[in-house]
Amino acid sequence: MKKRLLILEDGTVFYGYAFGSERASQGEVVFTTGMTGYQETLSDPSFYGQIVTFTYPLIGNYGINRDDFESITPAIRGMVCRELAKEPSNFRSDLSLNDYLVSQDIPGIEGIDTRKLTRIIRSKGAVKAMLTAADEEVNIDEIVATLQATPLITNHVKEVSPKAAYPSPGRGKRVVLMDFGMKHGILRELNKRDCDVLVVPYNTSAQQILAWHPDGIMLSNGPGDPADVTEGIETIRNLIGKVPIFGICLGHQLFALASGAKSFKLPFGHRGANHPVKDLRTGRTELTSQNHGYAVDESSLANTDLEVTHVALNDGTIEGLRHKKHPVFTVQYHPEASPGPEDSNHLFDEFIELMESHVKEGKQHA
Amino acid sequence: MPKRTDIETILVIGSGPIVIGQAAEFDYAGTQACLSLKEEGYRVILINSNPATIMTDTEIADKVYLEPISLEFVSRILRKERPDAILPTLGGQTGLNMAIELNDSGILDELGIEILGTKLDAIHKAEDRDLFRTLMYELGAPVPESDIITNLEQAKNFVAKIGYPVIVRPAFTLGGTGGGICSNDQELEEIVTSGLKYSPVTQCLLEKSIAGYKEIEYEVMRDSIDNAIVVCNMENFDPVGIHTGDSIVVAPSQTLSDREYQMLRNISLDIIRALKIEGGCNVQLALDPNSFNYYVIEVNPRVSRSSALASKATGYPIAKLAAKIAVGLTLDEIVNPVTGSTYADFEPALDYVVAKIPRWPFDKFESAKRNLGTQMKATGEVMALGRNFEEAILKAVRSLETGHTHIELKHAEENSDNWIEKRIRKAGDERLFFIGEALRRGVTIEKIHEWSEIDLWFLNKLQNIIKMEATLADNVNNAEILRQAKRMGFADKKIAELWNTNPEAVYAYRKEQNIIPVYKMVDTCAAEFESTTPYFYGTYEDENESIVTEKPSVIVLGSGPIRIGQGVEFDYATVHSVWAIQEAGYEAIIINSNPETVSTDFSISDKLYFEPLTIEDVMHIVDLEKPIGVVVQFGGQTAINLADKLAANGVKILGTSLEDIDRAENRDKFEQALRVLDVPQPAGETAVSTAEALEIGKKLGFPVLVRPSYVLGGRAMEIVYNEQELEHYMENAVEASPDHPVLVDRYLTGQEIEVDAICDGENVLIPGIMEHVERAGVHSGDSISVYPPQKLTDEQKATIVDYTTRLAKGLNIVGLMNIQYVLSKGDIFVIEVNPRSSRTVPFLSKITNIPMANIATKAILGQSIVEQGYPTGLAKEQKGVFVKVPVFSFAKLRRVDITLGPEMKSTGEVMGKDSTFEKALYKGFVAAGMEIKTHGTVLFTVSDKDKKEAIELAKRFNTVGYRIMATEGTAQSFKEAGVQADVVGKIGSKEKTLLEVIQNGQAQLVVNTLTKGKQPARDGFRIRRESVENGVPCLTSLDTAEAMLEVIESMTFTAEEMPKAEVVH
Repeated sequence: MKKRLLILEDGTVFYGYAFGSERASQGEVVFTTGMTGYQETLSDPSFYGQIVTFTYPLIGNYGINRDDFESITPAIRGMVCRELAKEPSNFRSDLSLNDYLVSQDIPGIEGIDTRKLTRIIRSKGAVKAMLTAADEEVNIDEIVATLQATPLITNHVKEVSPKAAYPSPGRGKRVVLMDFGMKHGILRELNKRDCDVLVVPYNTSAQQILAWHPDGIMLSNGPGDPADVTEGIETIRNLIGKVPIFGICLGHQLFALASGAKSFKLPFGHRGANHPVKDLRTGRTELTSQNHGYAVDESSLANTDLEVTHVALNDGTIEGLRHKKHPVFTVQYHPEASPGPEDSNHLFDEFIELMESHVKEGKQHA
Repeated sequence: MPKRTDIETILVIGSGPIVIGQAAEFDYAGTQACLSLKEEGYRVILINSNPATIMTDTEIADKVYLEPISLEFVSRILRKERPDAILPTLGGQTGLNMAIELNDSGILDELGIEILGTKLDAIHKAEDRDLFRTLMYELGAPVPESDIITNLEQAKNFVAKIGYPVIVRPAFTLGGTGGGICSNDQELEEIVTSGLKYSPVTQCLLEKSIAGYKEIEYEVMRDSIDNAIVVCNMENFDPVGIHTGDSIVVAPSQTLSDREYQMLRNISLDIIRALKIEGGCNVQLALDPNSFNYYVIEVNPRVSRSSALASKATGYPIAKLAAKIAVGLTLDEIVNPVTGSTYADFEPALDYVVAKIPRWPFDKFESAKRNLGTQMKATGEVMALGRNFEEAILKAVRSLETGHTHIELKHAEENSDNWIEKRIRKAGDERLFFIGEALRRGVTIEKIHEWSEIDLWFLNKLQNIIKMEATLADNVNNAEILRQAKRMGFADKKIAELWNTNPEAVYAYRKEQNIIPVYKMVDTCAAEFESTTPYFYGTYEDENESIVTEKPSVIVLGSGPIRIGQGVEFDYATVHSVWAIQEAGYEAIIINSNPETVSTDFSISDKLYFEPLTIEDVMHIVDLEKPIGVVVQFGGQTAINLADKLAANGVKILGTSLEDIDRAENRDKFEQALRVLDVPQPAGETAVSTAEALEIGKKLGFPVLVRPSYVLGGRAMEIVYNEQELEHYMENAVEASPDHPVLVDRYLTGQEIEVDAICDGENVLIPGIMEHVERAGVHSGDSISVYPPQKLTDEQKATIVDYTTRLAKGLNIVGLMNIQYVLSKGDIFVIEVNPRSSRTVPFLSKITNIPMANIATKAILGQSIVEQGYPTGLAKEQKGVFVKVPVFSFAKLRRVDITLGPEMKSTGEVMGKDSTFEKALYKGFVAAGMEIKTHGTVLFTVSDKDKKEAIELAKRFNTVGYRIMATEGTAQSFKEAGVQADVVGKIGSKEKTLLEVIQNGQAQLVVNTLTKGKQPARDGFRIRRESVENGVPCLTSLDTAEAMLEVIESMTFTAEEMPKAEVVH
């Protein structure tokens, strides 16, 4: 097995073994605590530009299958785990995780103390890192200097959003889905409810969207800092009040920003499948799937028309918002799950209901 | 939601004695629950009949009742205490069944007592097969095709419809008692008949067998506002078909994709919500390995063995939180006790792999059927954590204490390929080891999968282990390979074997190469949040998280898995020792491998290391922690056995020194000591060959007590009555050699007496003397113990105190010791001295209010008994009478002979206390599950040597109104002595045989004392098994029979005619 290094910007070096692509790679290293669902995680565009560490030590156990992708091309920069399964076992497995990563040119490292790495990320926050072969000419000091000098990327959404609009037809509600780096799960849930979906790029204008006469707008998840997505914010600002809107993750943050609120970077993000979220209206808690490094700043809501509907039970950060006057609701977490618990899947039904009641109201007004 | 203020007093029902299927996990759950309720300000009353538990300590609840968990006694307590509510969901099946009985009796309504946790209709819905299936249909949850049957005919009809194989599950039994898989008519007949007998409602579920499916379990919790979470999911290494308690289990699931995981999670949460359980619940599911098809197998609407495992596997304390939920608190307002900074309403994320392996009693019961099926047979279990499966499973294997350090058979070469295949096809306790051997012989994992249906993922991992063996052998002293092997969990001992060296050399080389383990924290959140939980496991990684403090520390070794001979009593003493160490101002560190126990609750000690109790694993912790010493005398034989190796590594053994331990355990040294101390013992000698043994036997005179000198705890110990038996024993039971001599002692018939004492080096405190009901020869753990002694004279007591004091001082005991004496023809002899904590420590501590383990620990740490404020000598006798009655699990173990003898067979114990011996004993019998009837029929089949005594008993049974039945020979001698007895046919005779009498329920009690080695022995065995299988109490000691008779006599009036009046002039 080839040796490989994971070098962090603080100078910490992990010595492990290589898998996947042979190339070197650089990115922000993050961790996710989900124990299942690596295929969905790897193909989640929200991880664009990141090297993903799995805290669960055994990854690849059930291989890669044709069904569980959340995008066509994985956006991660690299993968870190304690042990990669060489011989997967599951009836749906088509190929091993290693073979898949080789085919996608994504490098990985195994055999390192991932718990130690997790603890570093937990205490230091976002950490830039490089995956590189452990050959003799490797100059660690140089790499650390490069890492420290490299600014974090800001063009995430542009990279993962589609270049042109495309339909996913149905006979039900017409939904325009703004794709900021959408997980297929969102589209799957809308299709399941027979929506007539039109997926559009992140920079589509409000005017253009409204021209399709949508019953509702779906704001997808996506990677990076919401403040970087100025075009999306502008579009959303012009859609609020016109049609019902449902936002997820980055879509939730963009809606908040479009409404005048602000976002901030969390110390080490929420990534995993076990995050409790409290619904302030019912007092009940749901377990949610999460993947975000930023959150909406509660103090910035003061002069907006936004109302907090959900909070993270553990750190109290905002997990859901509602517009006080217009039919808009958004959540920071992933009701489409995949991977993770499906407790909040009903939010898609609520979106359908919201569109239905809006149509009724509209008719009455007419 | 805030906790309820409309209730003040809560009665918690414990789970009673330890039996197969219901072990120490309920002490852990109950203790947590009681403390948790007290923490919330409720007044807690506890009822449990098991004295060997932490939960029955008076510190745990406000009031503790050590009384039988029966309708009669629980009702009495309810009337007396008038609690507002009862909490039955933490006392296992016993607790649930009691709640149902109480409700049915009407007393709960009468007194206005509410049931907390799980409502009765939910219990019914989960436990009653019919209601359960209806509920599953409502939820759209698939259940295997099945039918509820109440007789054999219906069973046959069902099979005619769906074919074999089918599974039989008796309703309302624990651990699957009486159930099994049937593949043919004969098995169907046998299993259905026994299943119907064991079900209190004479009902069985017949189910299409889905053997071969993956067995997955979800531990779920729900609160009153419908928040519901999964604490842990687990995957069985063994596919469906083997009781989960008998399966090797890993957590979390390994071969499930997220879609499968979420599908099963959803249905598990739907079920707990539908049942409206407020607390914990266990859902068992079967998943087709080749599709998304699944079935719900079973739901346990309560805290279970699996939830104890899940608690230890994740750190998430299910029972503690279940108790809080039961009083109205909700998950989102309870702080996660592990992180201290997040809430309980979340699902733990693991960053390690957990493996559990059951511990079976087949080393004790060699004749037992070793096959595993739907009826649980394990007495305990071990758990191990690692960063990969190989490490976890190998650590678990060496935690078992069955002599295995690796996945290999002990005499592998003796097994033919055919035999190996057979033992892999048909699951048994050693299947894992047979698989190891098959892989070593080059059998492919595909083949093994075909034989066993074990998932290829697991087999691949085992294959990795076998491959590493070869790599190691080819790379002697290669540090990189060594590091890889250690990361896979290989023990130094195995590596040494492959490298042709000794473990010490491997250990030294590793230290030199800096290949030493680090300790990672179990924090419920995979390091996402900062935690301060002092719960660690060892692994070979970079970063160590176990920070050694400045405070001087003491390491206490736990007692490992629960097994026959080493039960929860030793965990009790371990926990008390930990508390005493803390009170004395030291940091208390515990090492243990048993997930069921209180001692492995991370909140007990300052630091918990969940590690195997082997010299290598313990030394790693000692190297890191550098304690002032290690305490070995509370962890039973497990800990004592490590003492010499620890001392050889320069570790200080606190308390009685190694040499003195050896003086008590080594036969020759012990004899020498006794001579010096002038304490008599029965005559005896050691033999190294059969001829020598026969010689000694002749010299001493039969009967003699024989046992190997190198095994303790009564294993392979027997009483033999003649030369022939002795020869048989020497040839078959032991391998005598100069290295392994056999002890041959004169067997003294007489009163057996047991004493526990504490010594600080100068003073001796004897909390009490206990007398055994059964004569010497029955293992002390299987005897009924009585406190205070009923038959001893003051002079005899004084002699015992004198001998005990002499032995304690003479053997330089510091800490606890246990001594067994026999009173024979007026003289007292010492039979055995154990320089450690014993089985009776909790019993005596509770009765006398002398916290023995605590005092002993402090004495070990240098505080004298007097300084601690306790008297010396024999403590003042307590008022009342206390009995300890053993409890057996024979119904679970087919083919095991239940005859009591020198080898221990009981799995648990209960206490009975009252003002008189008879009343106390009555309670003891009831608590042990024996029904005492004031009239009925007693069936006698006794050996010739016992006939004289049996006649006396028969007379007395007759006097209280019992009918006597006996086989011809016995009946004849009864008749001659003037006792009327109905004759029943021997086995095989034409008339109605005694087996039929037992099967037809025509006898309420069986007294059987046949000896072994001869033809009647086979009959005796069948009689005894027939009694067990039909739930008829069978007494194999005339002493037990007499004790029971005394109870019956005290309960009834005699029926005797008036003496004929003599005419007086």
